[in-house]
Amino acid sequence: MSNSDDIWILGINMTKFGKHTDRDVVDLASEAVMAALADGGVTMADMQVLAAGNLMGSGGIGQQIQKQVGQTGIPVYNVSNACATGATALRTAIMSIKAGESDMGLAVGVEKLAGVGLLGGGGRAKKDGNEWEPQGRVGAVTSTDGRIGTDTMPGVFAQVGMEYGHKYGGADFELFARISEKNHAHSTLNPLAAYSKRFTLEEIMGDMMIAYPNTRPMCSANCDGAAAAVVVSGEKLKTLSLEQQRRAVKVSASVLTSDPYQEACQVLPDVNTLTKAAAATAYETAGIGPQDLDLVELHDCFATAELVHYDNLGLCEEGGAVDFFNSGAPWRDGSLPVNVSGGLQSKGHPISATGIANIWEICHHLRGEAGDRQIEGAKVGLAHVIGLGSACGVHILEKSAA
Amino acid sequence: MADTAAPARIPLVDYLVLDDGDPHLVANECTNCGARFFDRRNACASCFGTDFTTVKIATEGTLRTFTIVAFAAPGVEVPFVSGVIDCDGTSVRGNLRNVEPDADHVHTGMELRLTTYSLGTDDHGTEAIGFAFEPIS
Repeated sequence: MSNSDDIWILGINMTKFGKHTDRDVVDLASEAVMAALADGGVTMADMQVLAAGNLMGSGGIGQQIQKQVGQTGIPVYNVSNACATGATALRTAIMSIKAGESDMGLAVGVEKLAGVGLLGGGGRAKKDGNEWEPQGRVGAVTSTDGRIGTDTMPGVFAQVGMEYGHKYGGADFELFARISEKNHAHSTLNPLAAYSKRFTLEEIMGDMMIAYPNTRPMCSANCDGAAAAVVVSGEKLKTLSLEQQRRAVKVSASVLTSDPYQEACQVLPDVNTLTKAAAATAYETAGIGPQDLDLVELHDCFATAELVHYDNLGLCEEGGAVDFFNSGAPWRDGSLPVNVSGGLQSKGHPISATGIANIWEICHHLRGEAGDRQIEGAKVGLAHVIGLGSACGVHILEKSAA
Repeated sequence: MADTAAPARIPLVDYLVLDDGDPHLVANECTNCGARFFDRRNACASCFGTDFTTVKIATEGTLRTFTIVAFAAPGVEVPFVSGVIDCDGTSVRGNLRNVEPDADHVHTGMELRLTTYSLGTDDHGTEAIGFAFEPIS
């Protein structure tokens, strides 16, 4: 049963990810919000705080959503934390409850990214008049992207995975492609995924190369989508119906970290140290270990990223990510299923929605409502996201005992 | 600098020093903890010290990781090899040149050295010089 200082997810929803040409970000966010409220059996009148995230839009998404679904004068926090924006919105609502300012709150993340193309990279051309003129922090006379390394996300995360391979061995093009093969296979059971096509290993390796070793299907899919969650204090939950209590999912840990300084972290983003720190804090807070997890949704923005996070989240021994994958563990019928939703590579990655959508996936299994892709008997799950810069969100969720 | 003697060469970035015959990279090093930064800092990100000195970066190093970028923003020539080079303990971001941009020819652990190349000359006759790393043997 709930203790008064626990935090619970009362209602949660994600829209279908994909291309929504006829709807804008407010429409998508509002669809997720209305469905999350209905899922929790509550209305906007019950919400005492709203945290909202949207990176690519015009700003003030929280207030825009209120105008669409209900204006009650509650505090709105518009948050921005790269690919961890959704997790940050959720944590903001949770912090408001923990601070005692509210006992029920709403978090939402939304993005329209279909057709946006390559993220990161580019830059200025030589100015008019054809003169080399130093500009900016490093006095660059022209764009440095492509001249001093790469700014593109597929390239940055390719280097993250290749560095792991350099350190521990065993990670080659085929291994990374097999990770992608797993996630695309998982996606065939997820009706809300942007892409739910199974690819053979040969198809993945033979597809268009983006940044070696990441081919196109090994990169996260830019798409449109939204996700929203209603969070409630344990004390408030006790006053709600038994059915609401039964379906509520306990947030056993909600952690957000940024980069502690490491040599090289300002040269190539270090996605490892802050993820390890977030996981350690989350496990300690929840009082459980990785061996207790029934499923994990982690931030596989690229196949090369998934590998390092097996290690960072403690799903394997240090340096053991390749062996962990090769053991079959992260497949849905393995000992610790990872990204049974299809992950960002196939479910899609509408940036600000991702951090809540990952939590929706976990909740779906813990409630026993995941249909064809249900992980039987799932009691504990972990959701992880990382935004470059960097920000890492880790949430540990537990099935209700009610 | 006298008006009549506009520099004939200019580095791609200000942390590339073109010293005749001895091109090298420089960094701002925290005098307290030794952390190095390629652009300015108000305080050290590692120890918060506020005193920095300019240091020369080793011109040889080991390739710690790389990618071969085949798809990039418009105007960026592909393919190219992007990597992180461990130059005697200082990590440097850069491209590889003078090596085939494929996985048969590029591998982590390979020994590299700094090299420079021309980015072209502007209307005033000034040549921009870029840097990259090339295999030692």
